[in-house]
Amino acid sequence: MSERILIGKVGLDGHDRGVKVVARILRDAGFEVIYTGLFQTPATMAAAAVDEDVDLVGLSMLSGAHMTLAPAVVEAMRAAGSNAPVVVGGIIPDQHIERLKAAGVAAVLTPGAPADQVVAVIREVLDQAAAAQP
Amino acid sequence: MSGVPLEPVYGPDDDVAVMGDYPGQYPYTRGPYASMYRSKLWTMRMFAGFGTADDTNWRFKEIIRSGGDGLSTAFDMPTLLGLDSDDPMSLGEVGRCGVAIDTLADMEDLYEGIDLGATTTSMTINSPAAPIFAMFIAQAEKAGTPRARLGGTLQNDILKEYQAQKEFVFPPRQSMRLVRDTIAFTAAEMPRWHSVSISGYHIREAGSTAAEELAFTLANGFAYVELAMKAGLPIDSFAPRLSFFFNAHIDFFEEIAKYRAARRIWARWLRDRYGAVAERSLQLRFHTQTAGVSLTAQQPEVNIVRTAIEALAGVLGGTQSLHTNSMDEAMALPTEKSARIALRTQQVIAFETNVAHVADPLGGSYFVEALTDEMERQAEELFAHLEVLGDGSMLEGCIKGIEDNWFQGRIADSAFDLERKINRGDRVVVGVNRFTEGNDERPMDLLEITNEDEARQLKRLDAVRHDRNHAAVTEVLGRLASEAADPEINLMPTLIDAAGAYATLGEMMATMGTVFGRHVEVPVI
Repeated sequence: MSERILIGKVGLDGHDRGVKVVARILRDAGFEVIYTGLFQTPATMAAAAVDEDVDLVGLSMLSGAHMTLAPAVVEAMRAAGSNAPVVVGGIIPDQHIERLKAAGVAAVLTPGAPADQVVAVIREVLDQAAAAQP
Repeated sequence: MSGVPLEPVYGPDDDVAVMGDYPGQYPYTRGPYASMYRSKLWTMRMFAGFGTADDTNWRFKEIIRSGGDGLSTAFDMPTLLGLDSDDPMSLGEVGRCGVAIDTLADMEDLYEGIDLGATTTSMTINSPAAPIFAMFIAQAEKAGTPRARLGGTLQNDILKEYQAQKEFVFPPRQSMRLVRDTIAFTAAEMPRWHSVSISGYHIREAGSTAAEELAFTLANGFAYVELAMKAGLPIDSFAPRLSFFFNAHIDFFEEIAKYRAARRIWARWLRDRYGAVAERSLQLRFHTQTAGVSLTAQQPEVNIVRTAIEALAGVLGGTQSLHTNSMDEAMALPTEKSARIALRTQQVIAFETNVAHVADPLGGSYFVEALTDEMERQAEELFAHLEVLGDGSMLEGCIKGIEDNWFQGRIADSAFDLERKINRGDRVVVGVNRFTEGNDERPMDLLEITNEDEARQLKRLDAVRHDRNHAAVTEVLGRLASEAADPEINLMPTLIDAAGAYATLGEMMATMGTVFGRHVEVPVI
């Protein structure tokens, strides 16, 4: 059975070119992809992660609100009982990457990441999460 | 880039449509004016906005000091969606991608000390365009400039929001009522104001091809024309105040051909289909911005070169105003230094290269004329589809195309096609899929926007809410609700009253929302 990935846009950012391209790349790579659409909140993302029983959550963030919203999504998911890893993609300055990882984000993909790198990073995060399961 | 097949050379055997026309002559393929930049250079209109209104006012004054001659206002995400800074959804977004405007008090700070009768102002705002415009008019009149003297542009292009930019609030038909109200209001009271800036920029940034950008933008333009005509406005009373906004991407000649085709198509449709007679109605005038999406995070200094080439395409294509992106914008809002280099890029083109001395210098090039014809042909094919969809009406065709996800699907397909070409290496992006030596250099210093701006804005909004006349706010919002329910009423006068009473943007939008409802997109991937 292929792994399930939930991809979402949290907050007010309407830039959805990247999220749609990444959704297609992952679908073509054999994952089952669910796209939430725009204007999600940390609470709606967490609820969808639990309801859809997904293996990984991807957040597309281009408005600069990632330092506030990405940790909030991780926290809401853990509170709702989802342990799925969270990957952030978008316009993320280098100096924010370590801080996001410290806040529980598993990996960060930045502009220009080629398709094979996107797939490889997602694969690696999924494998690590599976290995960490008791 | 669009996949238009190109011959190795073009010559007298290529059958091209227009040879022998001059700029300033119908159908204006070669430019709206006979002398073009000889009589007036393009406006160097740099887009700016971040943090609170004070911060942006300071940047505006810096732009004016450095020789920029028009202002262009970027609003933050909550403002673009008609939300107040203290709305729970606004968390983390206040002042981040633009300036936060909650009430008239912010608008007063934003343009403090700037003579709005002397400079022109553009506002990039769409879903809440009518209430933001109302605040702008209210502050200008309070500061002593009557509305009839205000010159500038309201983006106010709601159709492309559903198609591409995705900052929508109300459903399409209800939003179009507000567009109609602003067109009618400016036609009657603000002769120097451009009511709608019909924008292909965002359609292109979302992933369309050049031909799709051209066709969807002009189709939206036809839809606004039909909307206003349906409201009983004579075509020549409003068409001269419609303007356009196109992308300047990196495929140099294709972009120039796109602008030339746009002028020709607009002139033909306005004259032959909509019966316009006034020359100003037929002359398509446009603003250009270089392609944000062409910038790379890798080796960002190379973006200066990309932007210069794109800006040159805009100038050779005859743009009326231009924004050049800064090299760091694939990563953050620009620093003051990178924004200055972007403006200097335009100044080099304007004052050092001599390209502005001759109107349409590429006119008569076999290649450019053939490519212009090809752009027009592809656009007409797309218009034909929309016309069928709308049963003869472009207005209906555009709304149905949105409701059916036709535009959104085409744009996503084109974006994915390009991504695959880049991934396969069929399309080279320097520093991304080739010539990557140097990518590991020390990252640039970027503009950092702190959460202090958000805290400052929340305090300011609190104070305004506390100090205003509450009875006046309640009265005017009540009036707005009842007028919104009657589609025959123009909402602009009451929105100006609401702005003057310091009603917040969120209050005005929520009041209209109780009548109009909300748009929910069914996402396609």
